[in-house]
Amino acid sequence: MSVAESHLHDHHDDHEHDHHDLPWIKKYVFSEDHKVIAKQYLISGIIWAIIGGGLSLLFRLQLAYPDANFDWLKPLLGGWIQNGKLDPEFYLALVTMHGTIMVFFVLTAGLSGTFSNFLIPLQIGARDMASGFLNMLSYWFFFVSGVIMLCSLFIETGPAGGGWTVYPPLSALPQAISGSGLGMTLWLISMALFIVSTLLGGLNYITTVINLRTNGMSFLRMPLTIWAFFITAIIGLLSFPVLFSAALLLIFDRTFGTSFFLSDIYIAGQALSFEGGSPVLFQHLFWFLGHPEVYIVLLPALGITSEIVATNSRKPIFGYKAMIGSMLAIAFLSFIVWAHHMFISGMNPFLGSIFMFLTLIIAVPSAVKAFNYITTLWRGNIIFTPAMLFSIGLVSFFISGGLTGIVLGNSAADIQLHDTYFVVAHFHIVMGSASFFGMLAGVYHWFPKMFGRMMDEKLGYVHFWITFIGVYMVFFPMHYIGIAGFPRRYYSFTGFDFTQSFTDLTQIITIAAIVTFAAQFIFLFNFFFSIFKGRRATENPWRSNTLEWTTPVEPGHGNWPGAIPTVYRWAYDYSKPGAEDDFIPQNVPFSETKGSNFPHENEQMVAEAESIHGK
Amino acid sequence: MSQHELNLQSSEPQKPLSMNPKKFAFWLFLVTVLMIFAALTSAYIVRRADGGWLEFQLPSIFWLNSVIIVVSSITMQLAYFAAKKDSLEKTKLYLLITSLLGLAFLVGQFYAWGDLVEIKVFFGGKGSNPSGSFLYVLTGLHGLHLISAVIFLWVVFAQSFKYKVHSKSMLVIECCTTYWHFLGGLWIYLFGFLLLNH
Ligand code: HEM
Ligand SMILES: [Cu+2]
Repeated sequence: MSVAESHLHDHHDDHEHDHHDLPWIKKYVFSEDHKVIAKQYLISGIIWAIIGGGLSLLFRLQLAYPDANFDWLKPLLGGWIQNGKLDPEFYLALVTMHGTIMVFFVLTAGLSGTFSNFLIPLQIGARDMASGFLNMLSYWFFFVSGVIMLCSLFIETGPAGGGWTVYPPLSALPQAISGSGLGMTLWLISMALFIVSTLLGGLNYITTVINLRTNGMSFLRMPLTIWAFFITAIIGLLSFPVLFSAALLLIFDRTFGTSFFLSDIYIAGQALSFEGGSPVLFQHLFWFLGHPEVYIVLLPALGITSEIVATNSRKPIFGYKAMIGSMLAIAFLSFIVWAHHMFISGMNPFLGSIFMFLTLIIAVPSAVKAFNYITTLWRGNIIFTPAMLFSIGLVSFFISGGLTGIVLGNSAADIQLHDTYFVVAHFHIVMGSASFFGMLAGVYHWFPKMFGRMMDEKLGYVHFWITFIGVYMVFFPMHYIGIAGFPRRYYSFTGFDFTQSFTDLTQIITIAAIVTFAAQFIFLFNFFFSIFKGRRATENPWRSNTLEWTTPVEPGHGNWPGAIPTVYRWAYDYSKPGAEDDFIPQNVPFSETKGSNFPHENEQMVAEAESIHGK
Repeated sequence: MSQHELNLQSSEPQKPLSMNPKKFAFWLFLVTVLMIFAALTSAYIVRRADGGWLEFQLPSIFWLNSVIIVVSSITMQLAYFAAKKDSLEKTKLYLLITSLLGLAFLVGQFYAWGDLVEIKVFFGGKGSNPSGSFLYVLTGLHGLHLISAVIFLWVVFAQSFKYKVHSKSMLVIECCTTYWHFLGGLWIYLFGFLLLNH
């Protein structure tokens, strides 16, 4: 192992490595260590997931039992319950907050924030992020943004209520709905801070991946997780500034009386002075972020899945380069399909058919990824760890939700389906559940590296099966309800005759949602219990190839106590014919694996040897 | 052992990009600024195509301001060259001139707003039209960035007195120069854009 262990990297020159003498507050609160920041993101994400999920149960109750008496919720909701009924405007606020929290705080910050921070330095062989300070700043911007959003839940006029997409004019005019008053202002402030946080994070991820890879870690040896985080960060860097612009113009419309998005509006018989604005313009700006955002949420989960599926199938990932290519293609295409959210906004139908064409092309790289997961699993020596189960669950959701995407992508079909529960079903399966499963898979898989202990597997299995079945129970029936014409974001359906026959179905959905939500507490128990009392982990419990498993059980500041390992091969040498073990970590040189080398690898070995003994 | 290290490092296909991470991150920051303006100018085009667009003369002082900002880019570059050659007095002088030109540009932009108000093109309120509002937003946001650049210049200026800016320590002034050219270029783009789409 002399070469693998040879010291190739000096410590970062500009970095303090002995963290022992740091004050408590710099070690655990305002830490600049990427692992601590990752855990901060993870815990924040978990808290937000509980809040966001809880909100959804409230409005699911209303949908399933519109005639029930909700007075028992008064201790929690206070004045939002009047005469035993949920306030209709508060219903909208609940939907809005649920969407915003889940999309941005849980699945963007919680997912990318946790795993990009934790894994990028560990898997590319770096001591930390390019800038620990910016990284810390990124977390605290997110924290403040969250505090503001949380406050908005408790103000008298209620939080923002115009949907997570905050379309004007509804979101621009306080007269229109009470949530568009102070609640919307806080929403905008919070999101502006959130965007700054995401950009600071993304800047750091990209810089780190490009500049701080260890020796030998060429781009084509990077694990697919890193590729996914890297591409995600690039998408974020290009799309979040656009949301920032949209939010800025909306702020001007709200406070300075400009009319970017407003025109010819009458409220209660009164004409407003706004003239010449275009609400569709906002939709263009929003979805230019909004569509890439769905991939910002999904790609990290897909990256995590690639890693876990390969490790636990004990097989090289099928089509490594195709995976990279399809991620790049998805990233590129995601910027030119946004108008599929606007087919019925009055857009020119010819333009619509162009966007339809571009949208349907995305199905190709998506299918490539799905096939590659399946072919990796095919005939593997599959080890069903909880992480593996959640990854396979993700693949299932990615396929079933992607299929309905193709239906929606047809502009003619979308006339019927737009803004119905069909869309809700589509994106909760393909984005919500898939990314959520990716996040859970990641937690189960990297928990040993994060906390030095193992999570309980049995509880993990129970958690998986209830959640997996629960998700399908909740979201699958929504397709039918959607096709039947149920609009989304409606407070009550009982006003229409045709909806009566679906009451049972909505009740089943709600009950399934409650059970699924409750099952997450199994996970929470497992998570927090295992942090303190879990079985002690070994350095490499999953017998995995990537560099993070070459660190000590609980890596300290700087990650490797000695030198950073050098990388000699890709991350997927599992079950290589002729090898002693069924895995060969990335830091094992070819000269030590003569029995299993391919011819071109033998050539590389000669080059290695020359470079060492040549001189 | 150390011999080996050196050799390995040179033979491994490593570090294809030897850019300073801080500088690289700074470039990425410029990308985000660029995206903000790309979004706004695209929105401008989309909105303008909808009709109902108030047409008016651009303030002629924009021409003068454009000249000022181009000249300031030249002096900035001279400051950079001077620092590279370790002629620190010259560096300070050029930095000072650049920041004064920057301030002159900002004052000029402010006058331009005055001209707009004179011809009754308002930012918001009754009688405002998106065509005018966009102009205020574009110039205002650009101005805000330029203010940050002037502050950055002053930081570099202050550092130059502490002998922290010289041929062996160019990172800060290099980033500042880049930022300055970027904002100059951005203004020229915006002005050209406005001239073409008016
Ligand atoms: C084959 C690929 C896909 C296609 C063709 C597709 C197509 C569509 C279309 C046309 C809509 C608009 C429906 C409407 O509002 O009427 C839509 C909505 C949506 N899609 Fe997809 N989609 C695909 C994959 C994905 C993926 C992978 C994600 C996320 C990871 C995603 C997330 C969403 C979300 C969040 C919405 C709804 C946003 C909202 O209105 O609140 N989609 N999709
Ligand atoms: Cu989309």
